[in-house]
Amino acid sequence: MSDTQDVQTRLASLVASNDVLLFMKGTPLFPQCGFSSRAVAILDHLGVAYGSVDVLQDMEIRAGIKEFSDWPTIPQLYVKGEFLGGSDIMMEMYEAGELQQLVADLPKAE
Amino acid sequence: MAMTAEAIEALIRAALPQAEVEITDLAGDGDHYAAKVTCPSFAGMSRIARQRAVYDALGGRMGTELHALQLTTAVPG
Repeated sequence: MSDTQDVQTRLASLVASNDVLLFMKGTPLFPQCGFSSRAVAILDHLGVAYGSVDVLQDMEIRAGIKEFSDWPTIPQLYVKGEFLGGSDIMMEMYEAGELQQLVADLPKAE
Repeated sequence: MAMTAEAIEALIRAALPQAEVEITDLAGDGDHYAAKVTCPSFAGMSRIARQRAVYDALGGRMGTELHALQLTTAVPG
């Protein structure tokens, strides 16, 4: 198996094992980009439990996630295995109340 | 690397000729922009599909030459 296939398998497994997963630059406590910071703020405001992957710590993931999602930018949000988009779409969905509905049945953050 | 607001607008208009494009330079550094793209062809498209259409118009520059583009899409009306 090539490295490219390998990272795609890792990504599929990460997405499958987290109900809410944010690929971001930095960590929720120390976001390294304004867009990632905005994505974290939205998730924290929702109060839902979520996992995060710091793409700056793993160059394979950083390149691979763009191919995996067919999306050129970070952050990227997955909910229940489905790719929702980046921080602009998160904000639009939050303002429309759609994000709240999507995560209503999921565990809350501690 | 950076792009001018005019270059971004021209690329979007070339791919989406009916679009109204509003570009705001957020930081004055030629690298952080907001774009609002209003286009009749977005009707019936998901948010992801609309943004992909704009990213496609930018022809791979998004995430490379163009670091930060805050993007809003809408249908006129």
